Amino acid sequence: MKNSFFMKNPSLLVFLGLLALFTLGVTLMSEAYGSGLVSTSFVKTLGKTLCLALVAIAMDLVWGYTGILSLGHFAFFGVGGYMIGMWLMYARTEIIVVNSLASSPIPATASEISDAIGSQIFGVVGSSDFPAIWMFADSLTLQLMMVVLVPGLVALVFGWLAFRSRVTGVYLSILTQAMTLALSLYLFQNDSGLRGNNGLSGLQNLPGADDIPQSVMSIWFLWASALALALTYIATSFVVSGKFGSVIRGIRDDEARVRFLGYSVEGYKLFVFVLTAIMAAIGGALYYPQAGIINPAEIAPIASIYLAVWVAIGGRGRIYGAVIGAVAVSLVSTWFTGGQAPNINLGFYEVKWVDWWQVLLGLSFVLVTLFAPKGIGGLVDIFTGRFSPNRKGAPLGPDAGSLREEEAEK
Amino acid sequence: MSQLLEVSGISVSFDGFKAINNLSFSIGHAEMRAIIGPNGAGKTTFMDIVTGKTKPDEGTVLWGDLSRNLIGMNEAKIARIGIGRKFQRPTVFEDQSVFDNLMIAVSNDRSPVAVLFFRPKAKDIAKVHELADTIGLTDELARKSGELSHGQKQWLEIGMLLAQDPKLLLVDEPAAGMTLGEREHTTDILKEAGKTRAVVVIEHDMEFIRRLECKVTVLHEGSVLAEGSLDHVTKNQGVIDVYLGR
Repeated sequence: MKNSFFMKNPSLLVFLGLLALFTLGVTLMSEAYGSGLVSTSFVKTLGKTLCLALVAIAMDLVWGYTGILSLGHFAFFGVGGYMIGMWLMYARTEIIVVNSLASSPIPATASEISDAIGSQIFGVVGSSDFPAIWMFADSLTLQLMMVVLVPGLVALVFGWLAFRSRVTGVYLSILTQAMTLALSLYLFQNDSGLRGNNGLSGLQNLPGADDIPQSVMSIWFLWASALALALTYIATSFVVSGKFGSVIRGIRDDEARVRFLGYSVEGYKLFVFVLTAIMAAIGGALYYPQAGIINPAEIAPIASIYLAVWVAIGGRGRIYGAVIGAVAVSLVSTWFTGGQAPNINLGFYEVKWVDWWQVLLGLSFVLVTLFAPKGIGGLVDIFTGRFSPNRKGAPLGPDAGSLREEEAEK
Repeated sequence: MSQLLEVSGISVSFDGFKAINNLSFSIGHAEMRAIIGPNGAGKTTFMDIVTGKTKPDEGTVLWGDLSRNLIGMNEAKIARIGIGRKFQRPTVFEDQSVFDNLMIAVSNDRSPVAVLFFRPKAKDIAKVHELADTIGLTDELARKSGELSHGQKQWLEIGMLLAQDPKLLLVDEPAAGMTLGEREHTTDILKEAGKTRAVVVIEHDMEFIRRLECKVTVLHEGSVLAEGSLDHVTKNQGVIDVYLGR
C-alpha cells in the first residue's frame, strides 16, 4: 500500500509509539501506580506539557501549514480552560454548600442553594448573583459542549470578518493580538462574570472525587492528555496528508494561484482557523484542571507569541516539530524558572536564571530563525538524508507566510 | 452561434490613469485568439477584469449562452464556471510534487469538507497521467515542481489550467524565457487545447503568434486598435506606428 495513511505519515507510528512508551513509563514511576520515582507535581507538569504540545500542533496547522500567523490561539486555549473551570467550580461548590446546609433544621430550597453557591463563588468580586454566562455551569454535558462551541464561535466570527476582508500577513497577526488583548482585558474586569483577576481556582479537585488522592488523579489526567494528544496528531496527519493538505499548503505559498484554481481561499482559512481554535480549546480544557487555576493573565498576548516561538523552535510545517518545540521549551522553562538551574556567579554579577531565562529564550528564537529555520525537528532530516532545495535563497512562493528555501525538503 | 465571452465598453482607471478605455472584445466557443500590444496597453488588466481580480469602473462582461454577468463575482467562482488563467510568471506550488499540483487542479468538488474527505479515484489518477502526457511531464510526476526548469513550470501551469476543464483559457505570456524548442512544444499544447475550447494568449513574440495561426487583437492605450489575421494587423499603419515600428 504505497498510498496508505501510515506511509504518507511516517512520523505517526513513531510518535504514537513514543507517546505510549512515555505514558507507560511515567505511570510505572508514579507515586500512585509505581515506584514513586516521579513526584505527583512532576506528573502534573508532564501532563500539562502534553496539553501544550497539543495546542502547538494546532498552531502548526494554522501557521506552519496554512501560513496564517495567528497570535491568538492561546486565547482559545484559555477560553477552553475557563469553560471547563466553570463546571468544576460550580459542581464542587454545590457539593460543599449542600453539605453545610444539610445540617440546618429547615431543608434549604433550590434558590437558597443557588444563592449560597453564588455568594461562595462570587464573594471575592463582591457579588452573589450568577451572571448569564454561568447558565449551563450546572451541567457537565452542556459545559463540555461550551468548551467546543464558545471558542469555535469566537473563531468563526473573528475569522469570517478578517478573512473576508482579505487581511493577511502581519496585519492579520496584529488583529489576532488585538483580539487576545481585548479578551484578556475583558476577563480582568470584575463584572465580566468570571471573577476578574482572581480567575477560577481549585480546579484540581474534581467534584465528588474527594476520596481519590491527587497522585492518582494526576495519572488519570496524564492518560487523558496523552490520548487527546494522540488523537490530535492522528487528526492533523489526516488533514494535512490528503488533497486538503495540498490546498492549504498552496494557500500558504501562493494564495492567488489557489483562488484562480477555483478554491474559496477564505472558506479554507476559516475552516482551519475554527478547527485549530477548537483543538486549542480542548487542550486548555485538559490543561487547567491539572494546573488548578486559571486567570486572565494566562490569556495575555505574550502567551500566544510563546506559542509561535515553540513552533518555530521545533520546526514549523511538520507536526512532530510542533510537539518537540512545545515539550522542549516548556520543560526547559520549568527547569529554569523553577529555581533548579544553578545560578552563575560572575563575581561582579550573579546570573539568576529565573530572570535571565526569558533573555535566553528570546536569543534562541532569534538564532533558530536565522541559522536553523527547520528548528529542532530539522535534526530528523539529517538522519533521514533529506536536504533543502537549492533555490539561491528564494522562498517557495510569493506570499508572506510561504515556506522558505531552508525550511523545505528537496 | 452566440459568443462565449462578450466584453463590452469596459473602462478602468488607476489613480487617474486609464488602463482600459471603453474596451470591447468577444470570443467564440472554440476559438484561438492572440492579444498583442505595447507595454501598458492594458493586456494584463484585461485578464484581471475577466477573472474578477479587478473591478471595472463601467461596462459589462457577459459569459456563456446564458449571458451571466461576471462583474461582481469573486475569483474562485469565476474559475469554477470555466475560466482558467495562467499568470505571467509561472506560478505552481513549488513545495509540492508535479502529481499533487495537477491533482489539486483536477476538477472536483472544491468545498473544504468535500476536499478533506477526498481520496483520488482511478479516473482522477488517469486524468493526471493523461494531462502529464499532454504537457510532456510524465517522467517528472514524482518530482517537486520547484525543481523543474522554467519552461517545464510554464507547461505544468498550463496543465493545471487544462485539468480544471475550462471553457476559456487566458494565457499570459506563455513563451517568455523559453528556448526555441520549448516554444514549439508550448504552441502545440495551446493549439491542441484550442480545438475544444476558447484560448486567449497574450504574447510579445511575433514568431510564436504566427505559429498559433489565429486571429490577432492589438491593444493600445486600453482599447482595441486593430483586429484580424496577423498579416492584416501587421500591415495596419496604426499598429506599425505604436507597436511594431518601435
